[in-house]
Amino acid sequence: MKQVNFIVRENVPIAADTWKLVLEGDCSAISGSGQFVQLSIPGVFLRRPFSVSDVQDGLLTIVYKVVGKGTRYMTALKEGDSVDTITGLGKGFHPQKTGRKALLIGGSVGTAPLLLLARELLAAGKEVEVALGFNTATLVFYKEEFEKLGLKVHLATVDGTAGLKGVVTEAIAPARGYDYYYCCGSKIMMKAVAAYLDTPGEFSMEERMGCGTGICYGCSIQTNNGPARVCADGPVFAKEDMIW
Amino acid sequence: MVRDISTSVCGIKFRNPIIPASGTFGFGLEMADSMDLNLLGGISLKGTTAEPRYGNPTPRIAECEGGMLNSVGLQNPGIDRLTGEIVPSLRKVYGGVVIANISGFSEQEYALCCEKAAACEGIDMIELNISCPNVHGGGLAFGTDPRCAARVTAAARKAAGHKKLCVKLSPNVTDIVEIARACEAEGADALTLINTLLGMRINIATRKPVLANTTGGFSGRAIFPVALRMVWQVAHACSVPVIGCGGVGTAEDVIEMMMAGASAVQVGSENLRDPFCCPRIAAELPAVMERLGIEKLTEIIGTV
Ligand SMILES: Cc1cc2nc3c(=O)[nH]c(=O)nc-3n(C[C@H](O)[C@H](O)[C@H](O)COP(=O)(O)OP(=O)(O)OC[C@H]3O[C@@H](n4cnc5c(N)ncnc54)[C@H](O)[C@@H]3O)c2cc1C
Ligand SMILES: Cc1cc2nc3c(=O)[nH]c(=O)nc-3n(C[C@H](O)[C@H](O)[C@H](O)COP(=O)(O)O)c2cc1C
Ligand code: FES
Repeated sequence: MKQVNFIVRENVPIAADTWKLVLEGDCSAISGSGQFVQLSIPGVFLRRPFSVSDVQDGLLTIVYKVVGKGTRYMTALKEGDSVDTITGLGKGFHPQKTGRKALLIGGSVGTAPLLLLARELLAAGKEVEVALGFNTATLVFYKEEFEKLGLKVHLATVDGTAGLKGVVTEAIAPARGYDYYYCCGSKIMMKAVAAYLDTPGEFSMEERMGCGTGICYGCSIQTNNGPARVCADGPVFAKEDMIW
Repeated sequence: MVRDISTSVCGIKFRNPIIPASGTFGFGLEMADSMDLNLLGGISLKGTTAEPRYGNPTPRIAECEGGMLNSVGLQNPGIDRLTGEIVPSLRKVYGGVVIANISGFSEQEYALCCEKAAACEGIDMIELNISCPNVHGGGLAFGTDPRCAARVTAAARKAAGHKKLCVKLSPNVTDIVEIARACEAEGADALTLINTLLGMRINIATRKPVLANTTGGFSGRAIFPVALRMVWQVAHACSVPVIGCGGVGTAEDVIEMMMAGASAVQVGSENLRDPFCCPRIAAELPAVMERLGIEKLTEIIGTV
């Protein structure tokens, strides 16, 4: 965990209500995919948590959906602005748990952290396939980014405006040969995935946060290992630990 | 000139007046890898009950202009793990003042926890959180009725033996001085004020309360004037020392609290926004003192 003042390099919309924020600064506290950062946003009291979407050459990328006051203020960030950030938070994904091939499952903005994970898996010599679910075509992002890495991407939209018609399990169905999966999305979506797949896997959970650093116990969930803080004991939890 | 930022509360020495407030800094150990805990004058540990508690359902956190609400609901591993594992581990890395924050839902529970905390060598001071609902008193918080507050203080005093006992008052009362005097009369060595103010938010889109628990404790920068006023009233009405708490976020706030009568100062919600704020505030104190012509921090206590 480290406090860093990042400098905004880019802040642009990449899909409907969905923005990409690229920050330059000390990324050394970030140990891997699935971790998150807490951004201080002028005008709101508490920091806001966002998954690390990518880290490359001292640049940290975040993808955020505009859902309320804080994320609305974030759209006003301009190149050169300073963003007070706590980085390197939480326990992330475990790429080493994949034997030969991984399936990455993203729901809506939950797709964001899977990009860095895909890179890590490829670097470790694993095969990767991707299944993404969105509500409608205008919300889709990162399909090309995964394809540029040479990955097969299965896409589903609820209204059928892009890819297969249906929820994310429609996108999962055609995927083949994976021995482990990684899933990030809404709780309802992840619960459905856990019920749908017998394969072992892990989930990146979300809970309303206070501190994001493990000191307030605002984000606790019950797991099969007892109470756990999503921010510090997670956000990534193994499938067998989850109580839906 | 060297500025003296040390202070003391009922005979216990603090290297500086900054104490992370209970519930906003875990059990201290959570931050041990990220900062030098010894930069903190004291640490008030997360509220502890006789048995382990999971606490309230989520969302437990809401927000408002200049502050926040919480309904964590006293999640904690229970007094036995606090005294048996947590405090001994904390003591290996921390040499400052360790304050055990004790909660309960009956006088017996408070007394039991105080007895166990008193027997724990690593604990320097017990802080009694009397904002909890009294299950035998219709669920009304102990700290909102002077007779209840007196009774629970007396029970804790007896159980705590020689250990210093500080009672943390709830601001959700009409006359804070009446409660403070009742606790002082029953043997409180010090008083901490204030705990959170009862608050609520509604999500107007879903037409439901934001907190799963409906209501929660309001804290943060916005409550500073309320806390300061109560510290000032009680410090002038009682002779035991007061620890000021509520809305503190800067070295200037610390000085203002001390001028109002606080001998030491707790910082709560600000830790959630900036986990490094306590050592920063402590480090900023000497420069602010210099600007204001203060040589020794203790010289300003209660000067207003
Ligand atoms: C570990 C973690 C990683 C996250 N990663 C991302 C990410 O990569 N991209 C992204 O867009 N979002 C992410 N989120 C969610 C993001 O933090 C919230 O959307 C954001 O805080 C909302 O702030 P706001 O001020 O705009 O909304 P507010 O005005 O605070 O709230 C608006 C609405 O958003 C909902 N909301 C607020 N906070 C959360 C939350 N923490 N979880 C779920 N719903 C919330 C509220 O219920 C409310 O309906 C993540 C959350 C966590 C806990
Ligand atoms: C998340 C959270 C948890 C808290 N838990 C406790 C607790 O267990 N015991 C207690 O006495 N006070 C508890 N408090 C109250 C704080 O210690 C403090 O009295 C209050 O927040 C006011 O200070 P502040 O405005 O600096 O936050 C809690 C506050 C917060 C925000
Ligand atoms: S948000 Fe504070 S402990 Fe997780």
